[in-house]
Amino acid sequence: MSTVQGASPRQIVVVGNGMVGARFAEETARLDPNGERVHVSVVGTEHHPAYNRVLLSGVVAGDYTPDQIRLPVPDTPGVTVRTGVTATALNTDERTLTLDDGRLLTYDELVLATGARASFPPIPGVTEADGTPGQGVTALRDLQDCQRLLALARPGAPVVVLGGGVLGLEAARGLIGRGMRVSVVESSPWIMRRQIDQPAARILARRYAALGVRVHSWRVASRWIPGTGLELDDGRMLPGDALVVTAGVRANTELASDAGIEVEHGVLVDDRLATSDARVHALGDCAQHPGGGAGLIQPGWEQAAVLAKRLTGKAPHALYTGARPLTRLKAEGIELTAFGQVHEDDEDLETVTISDPHGGRYAKLSVRREKVVGAVLLGFPEAAATLSQLYDTGAPVPADRLALLQGLPTAPDQDQDEQGEALVCRCNAVSRTDIEQAWLDGARTREAIAQRTRATTGCGGCVRDVQALLSGMQDQTTASVG
Amino acid sequence: MTTTHCPYCALQCAMHLEAGPDGRPAARPADFPTNRGGLCRKGWTSTEVLTVPDRLTRPLIRKDRTSDLAETDWDTALDHVAERLLALRAQSGPDTVAVFGSGGLTNEKSYTLGKFARLALGTSQIDYNGRFCMSSAAAASTRAFGLDRGMPFPLTDLSGAEVVLLAGANPAETMPPMMGHLSAPTLIVIDPRRSATAQVALAGGGVHLAPRPGTDLALALGLLHTARVRGWCDTDFIDQRTHGFEAAWEHAAAWWPERTEQVTGVPATSIRAAADLLGKAARNRSAYVLTGRGAEQHAKGTDTVSAWINLALALGLPGRHGSGYGCITGQGNGQGGREHGQKADQLPGYRRIDDPDARAHVAGVWGVDPQTLPGPGRSAYELLDALGTPDGPRALLLMGSNPVVSAPDTARVRDRLSSLDLLVAADFVLSETAAMADVVLPVAQWAEESGTMTNLEGRVLRRTRALPPPEGVRTDLEVLSALAVRLGQPAERFPTNPDTVLAELGRASAGGTADYSGVTPDRLASGEALHWPVRARQTPTPRLFLDTFAHPDGRARLTAVAHRPPAETTDDDYPLVATTGRLMGHYQSGAQTRRVGELNRAEPEAYVEVHPDTAARAGLAAGDWARLTSRRGHTRARVRLTPTARLDTVFVPFHFAADQAANNLTNPALDPTSRMPEFKVSAVRLEPDPHPA
Repeated sequence: MSTVQGASPRQIVVVGNGMVGARFAEETARLDPNGERVHVSVVGTEHHPAYNRVLLSGVVAGDYTPDQIRLPVPDTPGVTVRTGVTATALNTDERTLTLDDGRLLTYDELVLATGARASFPPIPGVTEADGTPGQGVTALRDLQDCQRLLALARPGAPVVVLGGGVLGLEAARGLIGRGMRVSVVESSPWIMRRQIDQPAARILARRYAALGVRVHSWRVASRWIPGTGLELDDGRMLPGDALVVTAGVRANTELASDAGIEVEHGVLVDDRLATSDARVHALGDCAQHPGGGAGLIQPGWEQAAVLAKRLTGKAPHALYTGARPLTRLKAEGIELTAFGQVHEDDEDLETVTISDPHGGRYAKLSVRREKVVGAVLLGFPEAAATLSQLYDTGAPVPADRLALLQGLPTAPDQDQDEQGEALVCRCNAVSRTDIEQAWLDGARTREAIAQRTRATTGCGGCVRDVQALLSGMQDQTTASVG
Repeated sequence: MTTTHCPYCALQCAMHLEAGPDGRPAARPADFPTNRGGLCRKGWTSTEVLTVPDRLTRPLIRKDRTSDLAETDWDTALDHVAERLLALRAQSGPDTVAVFGSGGLTNEKSYTLGKFARLALGTSQIDYNGRFCMSSAAAASTRAFGLDRGMPFPLTDLSGAEVVLLAGANPAETMPPMMGHLSAPTLIVIDPRRSATAQVALAGGGVHLAPRPGTDLALALGLLHTARVRGWCDTDFIDQRTHGFEAAWEHAAAWWPERTEQVTGVPATSIRAAADLLGKAARNRSAYVLTGRGAEQHAKGTDTVSAWINLALALGLPGRHGSGYGCITGQGNGQGGREHGQKADQLPGYRRIDDPDARAHVAGVWGVDPQTLPGPGRSAYELLDALGTPDGPRALLLMGSNPVVSAPDTARVRDRLSSLDLLVAADFVLSETAAMADVVLPVAQWAEESGTMTNLEGRVLRRTRALPPPEGVRTDLEVLSALAVRLGQPAERFPTNPDTVLAELGRASAGGTADYSGVTPDRLASGEALHWPVRARQTPTPRLFLDTFAHPDGRARLTAVAHRPPAETTDDDYPLVATTGRLMGHYQSGAQTRRVGELNRAEPEAYVEVHPDTAARAGLAAGDWARLTSRRGHTRARVRLTPTARLDTVFVPFHFAADQAANNLTNPALDPTSRMPEFKVSAVRLEPDPHPA
């Protein structure tokens, strides 16, 4: 159905005012600035305006204050945002959403952006009987968690991070930067198990150790004792005033499953980002797309952009075909990028590996048919920037992969004159021979050389070189006379 | 000997002109604050254009489109033009005649051209090639500061700075003598290429950030983000002298260094290093942020410049001694040319044509009823694109410009120009566009007439006539006057003496933003540094904004700007990004510099700068002729291997014509505010040229 001028805008209700829900509203406002095509109502459980969850580890590190990570709120008639309100029930037949303030919203299109919540492992002391975090325990999913953590742990205090994934490692880096004593416990054989290989993880753990963070991999916690610390399965006790649980997340799918929408780990969506109910869509961490990408912000934002194009009618056939997720650790002083296939090793995969435990650097680059299919790059910032773009665009990789990894600055070509001689003064194309000729013709000062050859009169960058040539010729003459 | 200024770029280096050993005019550098006694090779050889063998000295006319141009006399040519213009106007109304000017014209010519369009032709359809140069920076500066003067401080201030950030500017290549002011500061260069300026930066301990073309807005947001996180923002300045910081921050907040890295390809560590370098210098109030065409020539150029200005404002740079933001204006009179009425939406004095007070003032000076002044017209590319279309102009008068080489999507521009009923070009050589004209009027060159120019720091300068024009050649002012009279205007309304025009321009600009009412021949001759505004009998203004910005409340504005991708993206058919730019030895469309033997020998043909791997993959070796194809057309260029190039980006200089014109490729997607085309990002493929010469 085409949008008829003068028709009332279609009602879109967005459940969730997190990074992806807010981005969807922003994209919609950009495509439909006057709210003529659609009206967007966003409802969010948190009382805060939308903020940038990706930067929470930066709040822990003290890089940001909470108000510095606010997200833009579209200032348009087409968008309304309600905070502090939770959706409790979805009726897809009536196309209504019930809110916990008793209100009922009707929709033409519903967008689920309910995100995910921290999952707490079943370890005694970590959660209370009702499932809420135990004493001294916090997740790191929202601003409240941040504030709770910073209230629990003061500089100098011991903190245990349970879960050595990206978020856990970023939090550990932030906390050590704030002067806390930090240990990390990871139940997998190595940290960042999903993103990097074991040799990389070993070097990464050494980097953390050098910062003062003790990493305990392949260790299971047996109980959390508030005021004391975390006891491991080998009987060791890691002292901790606070326990930060970063051991994975669970998608918030209850609203959808209760309404009869198909759900697995997340709410199932297709390339149109539609769920099993065509009027209900899902985005970000609560969604499960065959192309993957949950848990990272870039795919969620791309989904938001695609769905905004579809629902505003600006590009009704836009599709989301999956992401090329890329992990970039945000930890001061540690440059780690990982993406794609890093664990596989088959015959047509060309893999270059550089391991430098002493230098704390590691690189693994996998190429198939001239395209980057995966990489782990620790301490290779230049190569990481180049390779992540090659991965993203699918462009072929250069032949010299070692040079590419090392990011060696290639020497610029030397400028030459028409005879192929190197130039002293590039601005005026003056070679050494030209300057020597000017000397033979009687030019004895920089000014005289400039008058004859124009050297030094452009950018002036060769003044020192010309003066050196002059004094060299001066010395030669003096020597030959003497 | 005559002392004057160079015919080319906005640095307007001073030079002495006198007879050389062969009796022909020769140039040598003169001491002046901007060039400090220097000249680049274009300046040294500039006099050669005065005596090129194909110099036009007689008007040319063609009977019809199938016949060749043939010499004629002035009366025949001018009568024909006037007769045709009057007939077309009678048929289709005044907007059927369009005018296209240039940032190379003197202030007096720019002013007269605008007046000629509005009074003699009565058309709203006038714009100029400066739209392709500084329009994005002009729009962003006006938005931020309430006023646009490229550099609101003297160029010489730069030499005392600790750090200068150059975003999309390559002065070591395009204005070499400017580098004399940048030898002491540490440089941060933003450029997809390891340009000559980037090399200078690295040699001096500075930083080169090489973003993928079209992502520099994200990089500027990332630098603002990083600068704030690392504590470099000047909160007192933000509170007391600006508005809009928080709204601008909300967008920058989404550009943490690691995300900026993914989009731009610039390592997060380098972003932090650059932010710290700039931030420390800003703390000492000793840093400048400058933008050039690289930031500006995009369909989001205005917002990109705004993002750089936001960074400068957040660090507390503008409006203070020793620090600031500036745009490096490119064309010789790119500054003055955008102030005095040859722009579609403008009247003299940088006034808006839709402002009733401005209309009343200017109409008063011109002695006409304000009602008779037309309103705003089409911007440059829109004007070219509309030529010969049912609603568009059917005649075009072209002065000082060569759009079939310098405008984007040359195939379209050529097509539109050939659909006109009448194309008239005033030029001193038969440029590629003039060669298409029905009537070509031979006009004087810079050294053959006097006039004023306004350089990149807003200083009004005197160009002094050194020699008479060749016999048969007229000045642009004489051409406009003669045509105006034939179109029924009183002769005294279109004076031909530049000093008379300057005096009138002074009155017309009086009270405007760019007030020239105090610029007089005497003050110019005395060598006084006349940075505008120069009000009558008052001191000039070398540094703007020290007390207050030009918005009514005195505060500068940060603009909330968001990054978005370029207008076209790469795909399997067009996998590379082509970006265009300039070379040391050539100027603009090359119509002048390709005629100078020394310059043409050094760079006789188009080349494409490409990474060795990218070239090898396309089956190309150094020196091969390559063909570049975009969604609009193709161009030929010789392969130059550049190991420092980005793998995804090729560079082509735009000074060459016909099948070697870079603008055969470029995208006419326009910036919504400045109407600047997207010269800097075209998706292309690279392959061997099927017809190597």
